[in-house]
Amino acid sequence: MVDIPEHLLLRSAEARAKALGISVEQALAEMKGETEPTVVSKEPEIEEAPAAEVKEEAPAAEVKEEAPAAEVKAPAKKVDSPEEVDFAPEVKVTQRLLTVVKAKPIQKSVSVPVDKVNTWPHLMLPEFIALMAMTAFLILISAILQAPLLEEANPNITPNPAKAPWYFLGLQEALSYWDPQIAGVMIPLVVGMIGFMAIPYVDRNPDNNPSKRKYAILMYTFFLAGAGTLTVIGVLFRGPGWNWTYPWIDGIWFDDLLDWVNFLGDGH
Amino acid sequence: MQKLSFREKLKDTAVGVGDSLKGSAFWSSIFRPGSPFRKGYTDSPRNRSYVVMNNVLYHLHPVKVKRHGVRLSYTLCLGGLSFFLFIVLTITGIWLMFYFRPTGELAYVDIQALQTSVAFGSLVRNMHRWGAHLMVLVVFLHMSRVFYHGAYKAPREFNWVIGVILLFLTLFLSFTGYLLPWDQLAIWAVTVGGNMAGYTPVFGAQLKFILFAGLEATAATLLRFYVLHVLFFPFIIVIFMAIHFWRVRKDGGISGPL
Repeated sequence: MVDIPEHLLLRSAEARAKALGISVEQALAEMKGETEPTVVSKEPEIEEAPAAEVKEEAPAAEVKEEAPAAEVKAPAKKVDSPEEVDFAPEVKVTQRLLTVVKAKPIQKSVSVPVDKVNTWPHLMLPEFIALMAMTAFLILISAILQAPLLEEANPNITPNPAKAPWYFLGLQEALSYWDPQIAGVMIPLVVGMIGFMAIPYVDRNPDNNPSKRKYAILMYTFFLAGAGTLTVIGVLFRGPGWNWTYPWIDGIWFDDLLDWVNFLGDGH
Repeated sequence: MQKLSFREKLKDTAVGVGDSLKGSAFWSSIFRPGSPFRKGYTDSPRNRSYVVMNNVLYHLHPVKVKRHGVRLSYTLCLGGLSFFLFIVLTITGIWLMFYFRPTGELAYVDIQALQTSVAFGSLVRNMHRWGAHLMVLVVFLHMSRVFYHGAYKAPREFNWVIGVILLFLTLFLSFTGYLLPWDQLAIWAVTVGGNMAGYTPVFGAQLKFILFAGLEATAATLLRFYVLHVLFFPFIIVIFMAIHFWRVRKDGGISGPL
């Protein structure tokens, strides 16, 4: 057993003696294990609050450690009796429990842990490689394919067909079907500009998983396919007089791609 | 003692010069603490943060990004490549301006001279033209990528709107540049495009007049498109790009994961 300094042993014996109402010598003997420990079946009257604290702890520890069956009965009976359900039966209760407030922080913390990596090198290196690859690709096609330069501009000679830049050729193709007010203005302005800007305000579905937004994806893909088809028709399948031509029979009537066509050896 | 060969001596000298240069106050004044180009850089989580934090690129990139966002297959780098193509086009465009006068008599002659008697003139012109087509394509693909990932949803709605504006500005930039070579392809493509603008209800004729600086594409149109192409639209698009990139950061970086 660990050696307990005499003065500490004495002090705790005094406290025990006071609590149990026995002599200091007896308490000391009990603590040293020389005599049977005193167990109080009925706790003495309390006069002061601090005394109650000491008293409550002492017998409880006693009971747990070496409780003989008969002695436990007394506290157990107490709990059973309805008038003594209070948590501190001996103390006169001056307050009541009104409600239980769960421990919650005042400010809600919204940050959920996100799996992140360092921008350097995990993002900046791939980015740099992509830029280098793009530069290489651009220099390569610029070295191979010559940008077109036809005869000097002449307002008196209209080429047939006269075609817009490729990204407007879908519109030009649409112009050949519908009234210019619809194809030339309504589609690019209302559908293209205002319609596209409105997408996030029309589509209020908060999901971004493709399987949960099939309609949106269908609509966009439909638009993409339509615009792509019109553009391809405008670029490759329209010849003089905006008549239908087959690029593999009549050649490509789009001078912007002149060198691409010559490069592939299939010019008109 | 073994005598050093000339090659070894040269190597020692080069390493010595390199070390003293990297250790100099001049070098340290250029590269801020944490730069991988600084003397004594070691790879550590702390230094990886410093590389970004003490770099001008901190205006574009945060110190850390979501893991799924750095996968090449997620973004295909399309937004970054759009911006990069804009920079390439600005550089080649400024270079082309040295050799180009936007008048009816000189524009076409200048392009011819550029291709035949200026060093790398043809290459730079080709880069500018194919790069411009590529930029239209890449911006469009970027928009499609954003759509398919649902990345326009809250809180990113308004950045999508700015993105659509940027797409149209890209188209306007490309379209105004299309006229500048002043050949048959240019003038008639712009005539077709400008006539489409003339179909606008109510003020179509006025819009076409403003666009063409007259009733049809003439030398006045050439000057007008030139100013729009080299000053007006680049100025506007840079402002919108700045807002676009800033909003990407403020709206919580890249969207997803799906």
